[in-house]
Amino acid sequence: MQAASFLEKEDPLQRAHRLAKRRVALLFYESSTRTRTSFELAAKGLGADTTLVSALSSSIEKGESLKDTGLTLRALGAECIILRHPNSGAPYLLDRVTHLPVLNAGDGMHAHPSQALLDLRTILHRLRPEHTNAEIDESTLAGVTVLITGDILHSRVARSNAELLPRLGARVILCGPKALLPECASEIGPGIAIERNFAHAMRGAQVVMMLRIQKERLAGLELNLNDYIAHYQLNAERLAENAPRALVMHPGPMIRGMEITSEVADGPQSVIEEQVRHGVAVRTALIARALDAMPELVSA
Amino acid sequence: MSSNDVNRIWIKGGHLIDPATKTDGPRDLLIENGRIAAVDTKLNANPGDVQVIDATGLVVTPGLVDIHVHLREPGQSYKETIASGTAAAAAGGFTSVAAMPNTIPVNDSAEITRWMQAPERDARARVYPIGAATVGSMGATLTNYEALRDSGAVAVSDDGKPILGDETMRAVLSAAAAAGLPVIQHAEDTRLTGGCSMNAGPLAFRLGLRGMPVEAEAGIVARDIALLRELDDDRAHLHVAHLSTKKALDHVRAARHSGLHVTCEVTPHHFVLTEEAVDEYDAHAKMNPPLRTVEDRDAMIEGLLDGTIDCIATDHAPHAAHEKEQEFERAPNGITGLETSLGLSLAVLHRRHGMSLLQILALLSARPAALLGLAAGTLAVGATADVVLLAPETEWAFRASESRSRSRNTPFDGWSLPGKVRLTMREARIVHREDPSIRQP
Repeated sequence: MQAASFLEKEDPLQRAHRLAKRRVALLFYESSTRTRTSFELAAKGLGADTTLVSALSSSIEKGESLKDTGLTLRALGAECIILRHPNSGAPYLLDRVTHLPVLNAGDGMHAHPSQALLDLRTILHRLRPEHTNAEIDESTLAGVTVLITGDILHSRVARSNAELLPRLGARVILCGPKALLPECASEIGPGIAIERNFAHAMRGAQVVMMLRIQKERLAGLELNLNDYIAHYQLNAERLAENAPRALVMHPGPMIRGMEITSEVADGPQSVIEEQVRHGVAVRTALIARALDAMPELVSA
Repeated sequence: MSSNDVNRIWIKGGHLIDPATKTDGPRDLLIENGRIAAVDTKLNANPGDVQVIDATGLVVTPGLVDIHVHLREPGQSYKETIASGTAAAAAGGFTSVAAMPNTIPVNDSAEITRWMQAPERDARARVYPIGAATVGSMGATLTNYEALRDSGAVAVSDDGKPILGDETMRAVLSAAAAAGLPVIQHAEDTRLTGGCSMNAGPLAFRLGLRGMPVEAEAGIVARDIALLRELDDDRAHLHVAHLSTKKALDHVRAARHSGLHVTCEVTPHHFVLTEEAVDEYDAHAKMNPPLRTVEDRDAMIEGLLDGTIDCIATDHAPHAAHEKEQEFERAPNGITGLETSLGLSLAVLHRRHGMSLLQILALLSARPAALLGLAAGTLAVGATADVVLLAPETEWAFRASESRSRSRNTPFDGWSLPGKVRLTMREARIVHREDPSIRQP
């Protein structure tokens, strides 16, 4: 977090010397707007040459394996690969076969670590401004309750946040229907609880994070969308009644009118665009760390 | 052959463990013309006519029997051949293996069954084919069980593809009973496991992998037991392949108590490993049934100790490196197992749980042989001379790179295991030896 802040404020010309002309590959098997663009801008901001390989415009379409794609990128001089992949755990495989630093830009339903970090930075800026440029520890978010609502089952963002935020002292409440939130979800780590009633769950939450229903991963699961909206949509009335001061977050992409209304998404409690902005700073630090180009920081 | 045309081998000075005859003590073994001729504390043979193999300090035991292997031939010889798979078997102490029918094409005919046993396959262990229960293992039309049996098949199964339909399973049990063949079921309700690649539970949730619930196995086992009970035919025999859950084991235990002929096997990996092995998405920890929880793993050990589980079988499932080196969800299921089965069994059941060598070797020879009615797994006088010489306390490191299998897909690479197979003899012919100075009789 400190490195992100330092690099964000650093003179752009200075920053561009950190990875000048080094090669960073973006390997994207799934479509992405925010993550891809911010990783790319982050790498370019550090001076690196970037190359984008996406599944539909490469030899992946012809059946080339992840291993061979990784080896090819390495042979072309890539020193770090940023991977987005529809299969959980794919970064582990790429790491094993290329021995290059691999940054996980989202793998299947498993993890989206850089999203969780930018969510954390957003929360710190709003709720713990004194910590945005200082060290953080296991009590930095003590007393903060983060409610994550929606399609938890298919969400790598939910998993990464549920793993990260309790480590800093936050409580994470997961909310959603059983089909999208199995009971065992609360057992994946400490500091995680399940509350099925959205209104109840909102009361006492400082952060309300909404998730999209991932139609592409439902795999035959039948869901009554009207019913879902009736119970779990974040609309202005619900927000005003149960969490009038909470931050409203969403990792995107949003489906307005489904999990969230436009009124809320564009409303005063929404920090959705801020999240996107924090993405570049966080990803700049991640790439710098992966390639040993981190600034020397005076510890607080 | 010696001068008088009798081939004699005297295995001298060893500690003989033959579970089938409950022998456990110092005995010499005399083999004549491929059969056990004498077992005694002190044999006197005419040294001129006999080849002596010194077994001092070694355990002499029947060639082991694995009733669940995939030899990949015909059709997938890039993964394994009958020759390479049985070479791995011999190295692991196995002289008899029962080969599952999910070859390409599926072994659903007398012709393929015979082809698999032909001398041209160059098998080091005896291969007992298991015929497909339904044509193409498609779960619809029954194969010809009498024809399969008469060509050498020892059971029927659609392994890998469970027989789901109640009507089909009922017909399979009934026809197999009439033909005197056991039905081996891969118990998995695939309606509950679509897209799944590991055990269901908190770990699968955390890893973002879809999980196979325990009920998918237990439900089919319970259904099959109900069908068997309903059939009410004393000849009917249901065998549950690679059992992995406590719940399914409880069903088997209860069925046995009620007198039904239900048997089951467990693989070494299901009593050695747990789902934790999946943690970093190593596809060598991907198999079907999946590795389960500690409770399930411990239930498998308990079932072995209390006798509910009839035998150990490997589910030896070779796959090429490029197939396993894929995204976890895309990689095929299964691991090799023939060379590590004995060592893992000794490490866990003998060393950690105090099971006697006689009991463990029974699970690996006499009991699986009896289960499928094979003429194997004993050193009784008159039996086929399938013999293993074993150094039970010797520690050795298993190296996948040195495996005799064509494939290297094992999670046990580099493991230190007790119990080194020094020599494997099938029908009095040496099919594996560590010491090259022991010559072929």
